[in-house]
Amino acid sequence: MENAFGQPQTLIVLGGTSDIARGLTKKLAAARTHTVVLAGRSQSLLDEASQEATTYGAATVDTVVFDANDVTDAGRVVSECFDKVDDTVDLVVVAIGLMGDQFEKEDDATLAGEVATVNFSWPVAALAETRRRLVAQGSGRILVISSVAAVRVRRSLYLYGGAKAGLDRLCQGMADSLEGTGVRLQLVRPGVVRTRMAEGLPKVPFTTDVDEAVENILKGLANGDPVIWSPPILRYVFMILRHVPRSLWRRVMDR
Amino acid sequence: MTRTALSGWGRTSTSYADVLSPNNESEIALTFATSRDVIARGLGRSYGDAALSSGGVVLSNRELSGIGPIGADGVVTVGAGVSLDELLAQSIPRGWFVPVTTGTRQVTMGGAVAADVHGKNHHVDGSIARHVLSLRLVTPSGPVTVSPEIDAELFWATFGAMGLTGVLTSVTLRLTAIETNQVLVDTDRLANLDAVMSAMALGDRDYRYSVAWVDCMSRGKHMGRAILTRGAHATKDDLDASSLSSPKDAKLFVPFDAPSGLLNPLTVRAFNELWFRSAPRHEEREPQSLSTFFHPLDGVRDWNRLYGRRGFLQYQFCVPDRSSETVVAAVDLLSSSKVASFLAVLKRFGPANEGPLSFPLEGWTLALDIPVGPSKLPDILDRLDEFVIEAGGRVYLAKDSRLSPEKFAAMYPRRSEFLAVKERIDPEHQMSSDLARRLDLVGK
Repeated sequence: MENAFGQPQTLIVLGGTSDIARGLTKKLAAARTHTVVLAGRSQSLLDEASQEATTYGAATVDTVVFDANDVTDAGRVVSECFDKVDDTVDLVVVAIGLMGDQFEKEDDATLAGEVATVNFSWPVAALAETRRRLVAQGSGRILVISSVAAVRVRRSLYLYGGAKAGLDRLCQGMADSLEGTGVRLQLVRPGVVRTRMAEGLPKVPFTTDVDEAVENILKGLANGDPVIWSPPILRYVFMILRHVPRSLWRRVMDR
Repeated sequence: MTRTALSGWGRTSTSYADVLSPNNESEIALTFATSRDVIARGLGRSYGDAALSSGGVVLSNRELSGIGPIGADGVVTVGAGVSLDELLAQSIPRGWFVPVTTGTRQVTMGGAVAADVHGKNHHVDGSIARHVLSLRLVTPSGPVTVSPEIDAELFWATFGAMGLTGVLTSVTLRLTAIETNQVLVDTDRLANLDAVMSAMALGDRDYRYSVAWVDCMSRGKHMGRAILTRGAHATKDDLDASSLSSPKDAKLFVPFDAPSGLLNPLTVRAFNELWFRSAPRHEEREPQSLSTFFHPLDGVRDWNRLYGRRGFLQYQFCVPDRSSETVVAAVDLLSSSKVASFLAVLKRFGPANEGPLSFPLEGWTLALDIPVGPSKLPDILDRLDEFVIEAGGRVYLAKDSRLSPEKFAAMYPRRSEFLAVKERIDPEHQMSSDLARRLDLVGK
């Protein structure tokens, strides 16, 4: 059961090998999280991440391997994670993302479709099963890692940004659907974070490192913000950027 | 499915559960026939998650009412849902006071037993358990009456177990005789923590009631300056005119949530300064009404709203006498980390009782109200836990909302004894609460 500071005791991470997910898992394990289930694509990376979680204090760490291209498998993956916790599930983190090189993918039906599947369709299917299990339980939180790229989609990143935008908007509706169930959904909108996924992205203002992003997420968990921005200033930056005329947006964001 | 939103008094989290208000024991038994994760709830004055059961069933005890006749020896049987306020309204005019009272009258007898509450007289009279003759409770295995003679094990396991041994339906206890509704109070203003602790260690035995309010915001040689108030019930001979009228309802109330930052280090420091200076340096035998002396918190209804939407928590710990320096270390840690504590209350405890989860143990207890907000707070309190464990002390479950199961086990070494009793009366582990799940007290 999570405590008054929103520190969970049990944790499921879908996309548990991403840099942000690993940073968050470490911090949560160091606080109160004793049971962790990490789901990801590669068993060897999962083993590395679970070793890390154990080092930081988790008593039980389990892993589940999945392929985020296979939407029909998402229900099974979530179900297996819940069964492995075998206790009240306090927090489910959805940290699945695929970026890659937009220009390589934008005219390729298979690759473009893959970006949409991994960033949108698979998480949506996984969220459906997560929602069902948590509502039946009557408590718990869902933390979905979206992106500021979802707030206003830009030319050089429209496959990733567009798919995240779909997930982001869908989650806003899902969060409202959870009112009164005891379950909460919180969205995280990080700016550029210095991670493996972001390698090769142009340098932009308000870039943070992983630790800083994790700190902002932890603060959001503690105070229950429905949307957690990292760094927090981006909330206000995007109030403006959202309404910048297109011609200017193109010039500023896609030089 | 309609669930009801509930919180603890500290309002740090919202929990949803099916809420029922059983009228009698068979309705409670029926709930056990069909439900899991069941916990009783009184007036919701426990600060954290003791009376919450997310996704489960919360049984309000408020329909379990009724106050029996008060015997010539002060023995009375009351429904578990009767509040101290309701009981005192009946008993004070007849010359009886509750043997132990919390800082508010708005707690039910069931809740008082479940938390094994203590008052300003613990160093003399012990906690509520010492004054209870028998308990009636509905366990998942059926209704039982327990006392120190009948199933003493379950009787004692119930005190401090925060409702996890079953749903209390009535309590038989012995009241304290009083002649007037006044208390004669001695007040002393003391310059620092050492001064107040030595005054209490030396002088408390001469007073039935004793408590000190400690300023955790002042530093240096004034660290822990305090106002010590001690007293005893006034007899008829003590007063020119005496009466036995019962306490009045609060006139003041907080109509809405204050902004979350209202109680910050600046405002709390200013408040503490005023409070400290308004107290007399030394005053003797000042008559105060029972409610002024015992229930200062009842002067303002819904005062927990002052802490805003984010809520607050209370950290209350006790340590044995040999570890009195832990109290100093705790106040030092809090004042140096500038965590605003609006109210810090220090008092001495007498000997512990037989309850495996009962909180008080002989020595000192310090209680602090702290607004949730500063991101360093979780770590500071985790460090305090370590001080307390090292000192051989523990924190109070009625106030707790953030302890870890490992630290709980270290503080309450008789935990397994308690779990063995719970296993006997609740083999299917139906009694549970958010606190029980957090601290691993449901049973396996």
